[in-house]
Amino acid sequence: MTALRTPLKMVRGLGSAKSGTDHFVLQRVTGAANMVLTAFLVYAALHLVGASRAEVKEFFSQPWAAILGILFALSASIHMRTGMQVIIEDYVHGGGKVLILLLLNTFFSLSVGAAIFLAVIKLFIGV
Amino acid sequence: MANAKQNAAGPGSRPMARPLSPHLSIFRPYANMTMSILHRMTGAANYFGSVLLAAWLLAAATSDAWFNTVNGLLATPIGLIVLFGFSWSVMHHLLGGVRHFIWDTIHGFGKGSVKLLSWLSIILSLAITAAIWMIAVSYWGKLI
Repeated sequence: MTALRTPLKMVRGLGSAKSGTDHFVLQRVTGAANMVLTAFLVYAALHLVGASRAEVKEFFSQPWAAILGILFALSASIHMRTGMQVIIEDYVHGGGKVLILLLLNTFFSLSVGAAIFLAVIKLFIGV
Repeated sequence: MANAKQNAAGPGSRPMARPLSPHLSIFRPYANMTMSILHRMTGAANYFGSVLLAAWLLAAATSDAWFNTVNGLLATPIGLIVLFGFSWSVMHHLLGGVRHFIWDTIHGFGKGSVKLLSWLSIILSLAITAAIWMIAVSYWGKLI
C-alpha cells in the first residue's frame, strides 16, 4: 500500500537533531578559504612548472608559502570531509554501510590533509 | 535520529512505498541542473584528485628518486590528461562555489540570473583552465 503520510509528518515534534547549521557554516567558511588558497596553489603550480626539487624546497622555505600550504591542508581536508559526507548521506542508505563509509571518509580526508601538512613542513624546514 | 528513522520506515524494516513527484527524467535538462550535478561530481573528483597534490608534495619532500618518479608519471600523456581534468574540475567547483555564495545572499534567483550564472560557471571554468595551461606550457617551452 502506498503511504501518503510523509516521513516529515512522522518525525515532526520529535525535536531537531541539534546540529546541521554548523555543517552548513563549516562548508562555506572552508569553501571561502579554499578560493584564496587555490589561487595560491595555481600560482605555486605555475611558478614551479618544470622546477627542480631544490627549487620546490626553496619556494616552500618562504614562510608565507609554507603558511598558505598548511592552511590549505587544514581547510581542504575539512571541506573534503564535509562535502563527501553529504554525498554519502544522499546516496547510501542503511545504517552499517553509511557508518563505514563516513568513517572511511573521515580517515581519507584527514590522511590527505596530514600528508600535505607534513610535506609542506618538511619542505619548509628543508631537511 | 534512530527513532525518527524507524518511524519513517514503518513497523517493518522495509521503507514504505510513497508517491513520487515527477523527477529528473521528466524534465528537459537545463543548464542549472547540469551545473548542479557537475558541482557535486567535480567536488568528488577534487576529493580524489587531492591525492595527486599530496603525492607530488610528499615526493618533493622525500627524495630526488621519488620526485622524479612522480614527475615522470604526471608528465605521461595519461598523467597530463588527468592533471588537465583535475585543474578544470577544481576551477569548475570553485566557480560553482562562487555561484552558491551569490545564492546564499538570496540574490540571483531570477530565471535569467540562474541561467546566466550557470552558463558563466562552465564558460569561465573552461576559459580559466585554458589560460592556466597556456601559461604552464609557455613556461615549459622555455625549459625544454
